[in-house]
Amino acid sequence: MNIGLTLVSQAVAFFLFVWFAAKFVWPPLMGAIEARQKQVAEGLASAEKGRVELLNAAKRSEEELKGARDQAQQIIAQAEKRASEIIDEAKAQARTEAERLVTGAQAEIDQTVSQARESLRDQVAGLAVAGAEKILRREVNQAAHAELLAQLRAEL
Amino acid sequence: MHEELTPNSYIAHHLTFQDISFFGHAIHIDTVVMGFLLGIVGLWLLRLAARRATTGVPGKWQAAVELLLEFVDEQVKSVFPGDRKFVGPLSLTVFLWVLLMNSMDFLPADLMAWFFEHVLHQEHFRSVPTADVNTTFALALSVFGLMIFYSIKVKGLGGWIHELFCSPFGGNPLLWVFNLLFNIVEYVSKPLSHSLRLYGNMYAGEIIFLLLGMWAATGVVGAVFGAFLSTGWAIFHILIVVLQAFIFMMLTAVYIAMAHEHH
Repeated sequence: MNIGLTLVSQAVAFFLFVWFAAKFVWPPLMGAIEARQKQVAEGLASAEKGRVELLNAAKRSEEELKGARDQAQQIIAQAEKRASEIIDEAKAQARTEAERLVTGAQAEIDQTVSQARESLRDQVAGLAVAGAEKILRREVNQAAHAELLAQLRAEL
Repeated sequence: MHEELTPNSYIAHHLTFQDISFFGHAIHIDTVVMGFLLGIVGLWLLRLAARRATTGVPGKWQAAVELLLEFVDEQVKSVFPGDRKFVGPLSLTVFLWVLLMNSMDFLPADLMAWFFEHVLHQEHFRSVPTADVNTTFALALSVFGLMIFYSIKVKGLGGWIHELFCSPFGGNPLLWVFNLLFNIVEYVSKPLSHSLRLYGNMYAGEIIFLLLGMWAATGVVGAVFGAFLSTGWAIFHILIVVLQAFIFMMLTAVYIAMAHEHH
């Protein structure tokens, strides 16, 4: 067994190997491992963020939906109210119109009746005067009795 | 090496390193070549994943390498709280290299010996670099050097020397000698236990394979039991190989971490 140059050459080889490993093997592989660890951590974090965001979005859409439903309900209620208002208005209008027509007709009737009555009265008065004239032709002085005759006419 | 094959010569042959002379110094060419090849292969495999590293969905090989990296990083983090830019790759290199070198124990010793003798014309070849005390001492002493380096870097030369004399028992001048002795024992025992634990385990594993191989040469019954037990030992050895690599890595991280601690 001789210890000597073999030892030295093995030690030199050892330092060369360590140098090589420290320069060309360890840094790229450790770098890759660490970069991948970071990537995985980031991926997990963003997945978690996405999950939370999804939950939020679901909640928000639920709220929007509820708002829209409420609004629709409101619009329908308003429309119904308006419709009933329109119907009521139309009813009222129709009623006034009918009343107006009825009143007009009534007035016309009244007028016609009073005209008829007037003309009838004139005719009756005329007839009465004519009759009385015939009866009284001989003795009655038309001028003397004119006042009497007018009084009679007013009483008819 | 064509003398008579005896148990002695068999074991001795398998436990002899292939020396070459390098400027007058003997060097275990088998240990050096195997260690270097395994380090290159291991790092090339890691580099393959690192070059195409993507932060997106990783390929199968990248995922496997990342698994190894994260395992090492977790272990280092548990003992070393600071910046792991250097200690991380250091531990990774130690773990992978030691693991690969230990794994050479799974190669069938006699088959490899035949291959090296008849194909590569090498008389001896030991394929487990960590069963060579040179390798384990090289690693342990390198870690030891880093430990001293970081001690001085973190605490300053004065702080480190102060600690040598004033801890663990206290700063009383009467205790300086004891503190220093205690610290010397600690500093000597660290690389010794660090390296000899690995060396002893791998060396013993190799020896047991060789003994079982020797038994297989005694006859049919020996061959059956030898094969059976070798398989069992190889399976158990998987545990030892990984465990020793892991222990070596953990101790490396712990020693470097201790160098950063203030007392």
